[in-house]
Amino acid sequence: MELTTPAPTPGPADGIRPGMTPAKAAAAVTDAVLADLGSGRHRGVVVDSPPGAGKSTLVVKAAAEIAGRGDALMIVAQTNNQVDDLLLRLAADHPELQLGRLSAADYRPGEELAALPVRIAGKAADLDGCEVVVSTAAKWALVDDRRWAWAIVDEAYQMRSDALLLVARLFDRALFVGDPGQLDPFATVDAAQWHGLTYDPSQSAVAVLRRHNPDLPVHRLPVSWRLPATAAPLVSEAFYPFTPFRSGTEKHERSLEFAAARHGDPYDDVVDVAAGSGWGLLELPSGYTLPSDDETVRTVAELAARVLVRRGTARSERGTNPLDAGRIAVGVSHREQRSRVEAALRRIAADVPGAGDIVVDTANRLQGREFDVTVFLHPLSGRRDATAFHLETGRLCVLASRHRHACLVVARAGIPELLDAHPSAEPVHLGLPVSFPDGWEANHAVLATLEGNRVRV
Amino acid sequence: MSAVAALGRLRAAATGYAQPAATVRHRHLSDRPVVFVPYAMSGEAFAPLAALVGDDPAAPHLLIVPQPRDRDRRFGHVADLAAVLLPYLTEWLAKTETIERKNDDPYERAVDAPQIVVPSPAGIEYVRLLGRSTRFRRTDGEYAVDPDVPLLGRWCTYLAERARTPGSSLLLAMTDLLARTWATGQSDLENGELAALLGWIDPDPGRTGAETAREAEGAAPAGPATDPKFDERLAPMIAAYDHAQRADDPRAGARAEERIRDALGGELMPTWHRMWRGLELLRELPVGASVAGRWEIDRMSYSLFSADLAKPDSRPQPRTPGAVAAAQQLVRRETAQARLEAEQLRDDPLLMAEARLAGQAFRGDIVAVEADRMVTEPGKKQARPRPLLVLRTSDEPLMTLDTELECVERPKAKAKLVAVAESAQGGTLDVRLELTGGMGRGKTPEEGSVPETGELLTWTTAAPGFRGGPKWPEPEETPWTHGGPPDPDGGRPEGAAEDDDDPGAEEPWS
Repeated sequence: MELTTPAPTPGPADGIRPGMTPAKAAAAVTDAVLADLGSGRHRGVVVDSPPGAGKSTLVVKAAAEIAGRGDALMIVAQTNNQVDDLLLRLAADHPELQLGRLSAADYRPGEELAALPVRIAGKAADLDGCEVVVSTAAKWALVDDRRWAWAIVDEAYQMRSDALLLVARLFDRALFVGDPGQLDPFATVDAAQWHGLTYDPSQSAVAVLRRHNPDLPVHRLPVSWRLPATAAPLVSEAFYPFTPFRSGTEKHERSLEFAAARHGDPYDDVVDVAAGSGWGLLELPSGYTLPSDDETVRTVAELAARVLVRRGTARSERGTNPLDAGRIAVGVSHREQRSRVEAALRRIAADVPGAGDIVVDTANRLQGREFDVTVFLHPLSGRRDATAFHLETGRLCVLASRHRHACLVVARAGIPELLDAHPSAEPVHLGLPVSFPDGWEANHAVLATLEGNRVRV
Repeated sequence: MSAVAALGRLRAAATGYAQPAATVRHRHLSDRPVVFVPYAMSGEAFAPLAALVGDDPAAPHLLIVPQPRDRDRRFGHVADLAAVLLPYLTEWLAKTETIERKNDDPYERAVDAPQIVVPSPAGIEYVRLLGRSTRFRRTDGEYAVDPDVPLLGRWCTYLAERARTPGSSLLLAMTDLLARTWATGQSDLENGELAALLGWIDPDPGRTGAETAREAEGAAPAGPATDPKFDERLAPMIAAYDHAQRADDPRAGARAEERIRDALGGELMPTWHRMWRGLELLRELPVGASVAGRWEIDRMSYSLFSADLAKPDSRPQPRTPGAVAAAQQLVRRETAQARLEAEQLRDDPLLMAEARLAGQAFRGDIVAVEADRMVTEPGKKQARPRPLLVLRTSDEPLMTLDTELECVERPKAKAKLVAVAESAQGGTLDVRLELTGGMGRGKTPEEGSVPETGELLTWTTAAPGFRGGPKWPEPEETPWTHGGPPDPDGGRPEGAAEDDDDPGAEEPWS
């Protein structure tokens, strides 16, 4: 995660005043963004969006605004799933727009997308006449015979700056949208050699863009519609210390109710704790383990299955819905952990129908997704050392901000002690922008909240 | 740390002897490498103190600088080094082969290339600093240096840059090579010191590796950093040399220089022997099957660099790369890293064991084959051969369904994971695979291209495809998002890094 420079506090320009309702405050920022896009004064506009703050809604609105003026628009997303999701949203909200999707030869649209009048082609020339063309950054990099007046770069904080370098020649002006608190893009080789260069290719697209264009307007969406009132203050304080945001709902607007506990064991206890406070920590005895030891994997899977077994009901401003498997997710750090938890859930599915349908994924792939209840395995659980990978605040931030109601954490005891015993010993590079927040401090902030909601196995 | 690596270390610690961490050698070793053991003066950013260098274990060149702070002696030392290294670095260009290229002119590729081995990664960093401090030196006017000095600087810069490409073997660090091949009972930090690391692997007679390593703890370090105790011994000798210089007493000066030479030789020689012993041990291992392919890329890189160096308008490498060059370097190295990982895995059953334990590969007997199965895939008109294989394994594949797989024993074969189920035989799994490639273009699979019942095969996730790289913008087309085209006059905004290829540019420490 990175906040390359403390982002500007939204001033009068964004029209936020104390006492405004969340909806009004959010609308004021959206209006300010659209005004900047229309003013023609800026080559680029940056919008920071905390988790669940309506980023996609903003992208769709901005796309309609730009296309509505008659400007050709390209949208750069990072994955094929993101491209498809955006097209579905655009087609639903603005059926009047002629949409195009630039795709690899072996791409097959899903049923929903195939039913829409979206033109799909492998060459940009075959999409001439489309008002909005959407594709992945990797695919855009292969286009070289077209140019667009505007681009919207989605998930721009997850895009590496070398990928932006490959597509920036395609557009004159651009809107960059993303969440600065999520996982930074990474390199598979040591990138220290380029640290300190203003165009460091291992940094995010927005970091490089802003270092070269410090005058670009930066807006910030002020309200998280996803995170409940129990989570927004913690996530905001721990991961966005200079750019606070608030929850769009009050505590009484959401609730989670479960059927009476059958076993009365620690699993039931921690589910009840989380239903009340929004957070729950199920603590295993301390120990040094491999990344996916049997006990931990089994506990994570059991807990997720227990949430399902307890037949919860989620009540929110959107109405009331049963807590079925599709509304529950498990988050982990490593792919091996994902595979093992998935396998464990498939085994449990024999006794707990639906357990096999619970989404299990790594933090990287959970970015941008939303569930009612999440269960995550703490990245530092069972470790002897606190490496940069495991301390990365973006990872913890993603895992702790996917839920609308409650977040359950499984961890071995001893993480605060591990953090204290292992101060970060990463080399300091000259000329590298200071990144906030500090992983050590953010980890402690989250643990302090979990401490008060702990149940021991 | 993987489970296999952890097990190797535990076993080493328990037995007192290093354990295999690889079953093959994953790097190319030249028949005639040059070993280079440099020492730098402590407390200075970059002041060469001494070097043992050469391709003959029995006859090293010992080059020393009696007063490392003396700039003339410093660049004189680099010139001495160049006299040893430059002939070695260029002699391989005499024998070349012509290589055709797609979309480009053919070029001459050296059939073999030089190889320099230093004790540790810090030695590679020393080579980089050597290049950085010399490649911009003037060869005329005030403070002129020998023309070989900036030339060696450009070679050193090239070699140190090349060493950053995963899998390259032109410039290697001995501790990297050894630690990649053997697991010891000590930490990575301790493995960074050649004497201790080699102690574990090659113990003294009658002692365990652990004992030999502990014994080696007080030994002279492999450099480039010196032992502080040695510095204290050296300081009065350098003072004596300075005194003789000031007194204009050539005989006393020569005597002092001789004493410094003896002291440095005594300090460096144990490392020299360890380096050659390490090479000997590494040569005993069979070489990985893909090593020759990676060495070919090294030979290409070496030949292209030499050709560029020979051009009249050739300039020293810039101090920092531009935006486009930096991005290209990163992407190329990541591609090399992915290729290296995939190749090493296929070359080495021990690395494959790690992948199998992590669920990223599996090995077992083919127990059933449906060879004549045909499937019409969505979007295709014709049915294609898609034989079905059932493989029985005691491994636990943890890939998602539809994962694309490749086979170690049948490198051409490609398959897709269809299902995993408990087998009739307890404790094993039956993995169903659909063969999707490597069967030729015909309507029926080519003869012998479908595995048969009873074959023992290892499957792992397909390596990333190595398609042609993306089309990068020219430096003068650098977009506004990345600062725009570099200004040829060097007037960039504050904090911006600039390509500074002015040959007269002063280095901060010179």
